[in-house]
Amino acid sequence: MPLRILMLDQVIFYFFAAIAVVSAILTVTRRNVVHSAIFLITALLATAGIFLQLRAEFLFIVQIILYVGGIMVLFVFVIMLVNLDVAVRQLQFARQKWVAMLISLALAAQVGLMLWSTGKMPGQGMPVLVAAPVDKLPPNSEAVARSLFESYLLPFEIASVLLLVAMIGAVVMAKKRA
Amino acid sequence: MLPIGHYLFLGLALFIVGVIGVVTRRNVIVVLMSIELILNAVNINLVAFSRLYGDVAGQVFALFIIADAAAEAAVGLGIIIAFFRNRETVLADEMDLLKW
Repeated sequence: MPLRILMLDQVIFYFFAAIAVVSAILTVTRRNVVHSAIFLITALLATAGIFLQLRAEFLFIVQIILYVGGIMVLFVFVIMLVNLDVAVRQLQFARQKWVAMLISLALAAQVGLMLWSTGKMPGQGMPVLVAAPVDKLPPNSEAVARSLFESYLLPFEIASVLLLVAMIGAVVMAKKRA
Repeated sequence: MLPIGHYLFLGLALFIVGVIGVVTRRNVIVVLMSIELILNAVNINLVAFSRLYGDVAGQVFALFIIADAAAEAAVGLGIIIAFFRNRETVLADEMDLLKW
């Protein structure tokens, strides 16, 4: 494995990771909801890039089509339906700064503890993802389809029922009162 | 050749940003978007471990999470539209119909 390809792997990861984190922070902090939606789309696209870097091509394309093309369009439609001119001028943050800080510190402490204990584990410590040889990449969509329709067929069917229920629920919720 | 911790840290960062958004923002639409961020962070972890162990089950579960996110967004946005029709607001702390 030539060194240049290894470097490229890391550069791609840090590039997409930086975009994802920065646009996630902007999503949460922007005053205008439309700007939040745009930055969330950027964050989701950057995550799609991370998926591609992890050789999950099927999830990469599902992320773009379903998340960015489906869910975010739904969000933008609702933002358009809901009149937000008043909301933009009001206070954007509830006064729960300390709760948020406490929760995030607790989460970060958990992960720090995990990393600290992997460092002390006997053996090589943190496992490393090795770059797959380019000519031997397994067909990802085929592998996902096999797993989905053989091992996870029942969860797949349950997911379809869930989507049906969600569809009916959304129609009933958004329907005008008769 | 990246240690798995890099991916876990990325997931953690996105997760924490999402949690901060859910807890602090008043606008319900932004709260829903923050929930999408959280689900996305979980997906990154699942796919990273799926790659580490060479098992596609993690990617299948990421697919299920995406389907859940779609269902949740549809119902959540339906609720927001219904509520906005009644109360003309999208701010979470003005949704106090159950409070007395």
